[in-house]
Amino acid sequence: MTSQVSSPAEQAEPADQQDGQTLVGGQRASDGGKEVRRLDRVIIRFAGDSGDGMQLTGDRFTSETASFGNDLSTLPNFPAEIRAPAGTLPGVSSFQLHFADHDILTPGDAPNVLVAMNPAALKANLGDVPRGAEIIVNTDEFTKRPMARVGYDQSPLEDGSLDGYNVHPVPLTTLTVEALKEFGLSRKEAERSKNMFALGLLSWMYHRPTEGTEKFLRQKFAKKPQIAEANVAAFRAGWNFGETTEDFAVSYEVAPASSAFPPGTYRNISGNLALSYGLIAASHQADLPLFLGSYPITPASDILHELSRHKNFGVRTFQAEDEIAGIGAALGAAFGGALAVTTTSGPGVALKSETIGLAVSLELPLVVVDIQRGGPSTGLPTKTEQADLLQAMYGRNGEAPVPIVAPKTPADCFDAALDAVRIALTYRTPVFLLSDGYLANGSEPWRVPDLEDLPDLRVRFASGPNHTLADGTEVFWPYKRDPETLARPWAVPGTPGLEHRIGGIEKQDGTGNISYDPANHDHMVRTRQAKVDGVEVPDITVDDPTGDARTLVLGWGSTYGPITAAVRRVRAAGDAIAQAHLRHLNPFPGNLGAVLARYDKVVVPEMNLGQLATLLRAKYLVDTRSFTQVRGLPFKAEQLATALKEAIDD
Amino acid sequence: MTETIAEGLSSVDALSLVPKAGAKQTMKDFKSDQEVRWCPGCGDYAVLAAVQGFMPELGLAKENIVFVSGIGCSSRFPYYMNTYGMHSIHGRAPAIATGLAASRRDLSVWVVTGDGDALSIGGNHLIHALRRNVNLKILLFNNRIYGLTKGQYSPTSEVGKITKSTPMGSLDAPFNPLSLALGAEAGFVARTVDSDRKHLTQVLREAAAHPGTALVEIYQNCNIFNDGAFEVLKDRDQALEAVIRLEHGKPIRFGAPFSEEDGGDGLGSKGVVRDPATGDLKVIDVTREGTAGVLVHDAHAASPTNAFALTRLADPDTLHHTPIGVLRNVARPVYEAQMTTQLEAAVEQKGKGDLGALLAGQDTWTVVG
Repeated sequence: MTSQVSSPAEQAEPADQQDGQTLVGGQRASDGGKEVRRLDRVIIRFAGDSGDGMQLTGDRFTSETASFGNDLSTLPNFPAEIRAPAGTLPGVSSFQLHFADHDILTPGDAPNVLVAMNPAALKANLGDVPRGAEIIVNTDEFTKRPMARVGYDQSPLEDGSLDGYNVHPVPLTTLTVEALKEFGLSRKEAERSKNMFALGLLSWMYHRPTEGTEKFLRQKFAKKPQIAEANVAAFRAGWNFGETTEDFAVSYEVAPASSAFPPGTYRNISGNLALSYGLIAASHQADLPLFLGSYPITPASDILHELSRHKNFGVRTFQAEDEIAGIGAALGAAFGGALAVTTTSGPGVALKSETIGLAVSLELPLVVVDIQRGGPSTGLPTKTEQADLLQAMYGRNGEAPVPIVAPKTPADCFDAALDAVRIALTYRTPVFLLSDGYLANGSEPWRVPDLEDLPDLRVRFASGPNHTLADGTEVFWPYKRDPETLARPWAVPGTPGLEHRIGGIEKQDGTGNISYDPANHDHMVRTRQAKVDGVEVPDITVDDPTGDARTLVLGWGSTYGPITAAVRRVRAAGDAIAQAHLRHLNPFPGNLGAVLARYDKVVVPEMNLGQLATLLRAKYLVDTRSFTQVRGLPFKAEQLATALKEAIDD
Repeated sequence: MTETIAEGLSSVDALSLVPKAGAKQTMKDFKSDQEVRWCPGCGDYAVLAAVQGFMPELGLAKENIVFVSGIGCSSRFPYYMNTYGMHSIHGRAPAIATGLAASRRDLSVWVVTGDGDALSIGGNHLIHALRRNVNLKILLFNNRIYGLTKGQYSPTSEVGKITKSTPMGSLDAPFNPLSLALGAEAGFVARTVDSDRKHLTQVLREAAAHPGTALVEIYQNCNIFNDGAFEVLKDRDQALEAVIRLEHGKPIRFGAPFSEEDGGDGLGSKGVVRDPATGDLKVIDVTREGTAGVLVHDAHAASPTNAFALTRLADPDTLHHTPIGVLRNVARPVYEAQMTTQLEAAVEQKGKGDLGALLAGQDTWTVVG
């Protein structure tokens, strides 16, 4: 399949276009006589009340887009309240989707199309929408009371405040109810399908395949066939409305991004799903049963839900009475020889800290998944942030080093999970897997891996004595270490002759017996640190196509997309910049110090107040420049590009 | 060890999945090479000896036995058992043991905890372990004081306890651990005393045979910070009045024997009856009021009502009318047995997990080079 993108420059998000689209194809008429334009990319934002089904609508449009073969990136954004007060600004839920005929990195800065299901959705989102964009509004909701609730004295549809936008006023509710007349539903029931009407309309506008959504609806409402058919009817009515009404004169095509992807089988995947699959794959590759001890917490609960669905893989999920019991049970399972995992977010990590310290002392494998959210305290449960890095790094009593792995994109959560498991099993240590809310809920295409390409994670349990005493007696020493990895043997209960006791009290290296000896404690503290410092992590690679950049931008975790998009803009504008991204935050890659030293300026963008920058300054004495934002949302590429440009010019 | 799970569940013996020892064991097999470091005279020694002495009777492969403890004097216990063991962190032993037992049904998992560990910092884990009914045997050493931190009052200390942290007396009402356990839906609840090895062993025997969580409260003397706390239960004369020994199927009688010479039946001269006015239990003098109506102890009663009422008989200050023995022994669905059943059902319904199919999912597209 050939791409419709002809110019290589368009592989990058064009700096001059910002978030505007580029018309890449000529105009032509469809069979219906309507004009069809070809675009290289589109950013759509669906916005409505938290009860309006905007997340579902976005998910469906994403699935349609994925199956069509576009590259895509999504940003769900919703309140923490399950049903915030209807029609209010805090109750607005939105879903932004960026899709393209080339590879893209972010959900996009500014929507080209806003679907506003009510006045609150319009008001809450209009500031992000540039003039010239299309706005589809549900006029049925623009009545006096709903408008007054959000402070509109006059209708924004009539007072000229939307001048310069391409507004499509559509009575979505009325049209939906009308379309569902024959189903014998109450008005309230019929109104619920208005999101599917909107989805149908957008699906027409962007030539999305529809079979998947119809199949999905029939499956979702399999027990209520009447509701299923009503939703399908609303979806089709929306499509037909677009095709027939004169208000929508133009539809758009965005060609598949075939050339942007290496050959393979692809699917769309969210970060939490990829992470869950990574854990199941790791269990398969390690040939160890997976045990998850967890307590529900946003935005990590979906991993508990997902793993609970796969009991046929031998996965045991345990919903504990609290965060502490979640990790406690996982650690108990680790002692018993399971691949043990606990999942949580920042507040849960705080509660688990003591048990993580115990795992450090016991030297047992354990993966601690932290889906970071806005903090401190309860903070912003449904929003993203990267402010748990120092908690993961240092948030325990005593010297308690823990390796840290951070995925960079939603799909990368799969590989990062495998990597975290590798480290945990190889070095018999707890490992932090630091994802965040943006990665967790965002989605993108993922090349389904071949099973043969997955790493071999098998471990050897201790099976017999490992030490000979002076008198020739063969004994088992639970803390006799592998000289290379410094890992201690994993001797699981049920193994005859290896009965041993371990605990959180300092123990003598080798025998594992309680020891308060000063020299031994010093030795053990340094040994545990040396073990983590010695974790094998690949060197960091630097992307510097011209080879003459004087400024390096270094990120970690989910900022990869926005940083890379910003770097493309900077380069497209003619400036040289080098980019590197950290997957391993502890230990750092061995070459990191040398890489940092090569550049005059090192810019570190983070969604915190400079936590990685602090670590880098402390370890490498590098005068890093922090660029930070803690708005609960990912960076915008444009904003980052400006910051990078300023650093280069400084 | 033939106690089976309630009807409708797979009839698995409590320990039938745990491998048996190849050869006959002795107490010595269960002693580790570690020096025991409790204070001389501590009640913990007696409990340790009783447990080490009892283990051979179970006849389990000792590599399949695990002792998990929290923090406190009693929590050093695992170091002294030549089995697998973990001395964990304060209050968390039930949670850690739950994960171990839930993932390894071939293990016999014991939790050793104290009144501070189980009822203060770890209260949440204790009650949830009990309601969940994981196959754990929880030995709660209750000495009604904090020993390891040198003598502060504990959640089982009597009101007004003078300690370093409560020089004018403690203010808070104590927990009754057995009432608490019954309120948390515990299927097996028992109490015994450190110095009564025979009774302690009998209770351990019944606890081990119980499928699911068993809570055994062991009154244990801290001779340093709370010496003599249970003396009234140990002193032969005082114990006659203070201790109510419960035996399943036997009338609940205690006190000096109602001798046959006096026209009695040789059993205790006191009995426990239901007060028709309040529905509560009360102690009567059988010499005066006759034996009719004396409650027959039924540890297997489906309702925990009588067991709970028995836990309320003791006076928290004087410990008079303290029942010891198995108050409740009722089979309930065992958590990890049901977990296994779900895993098997999932394989039956969906087939054994196919990783390739899982990763590919339903909606894929192909990019051709």
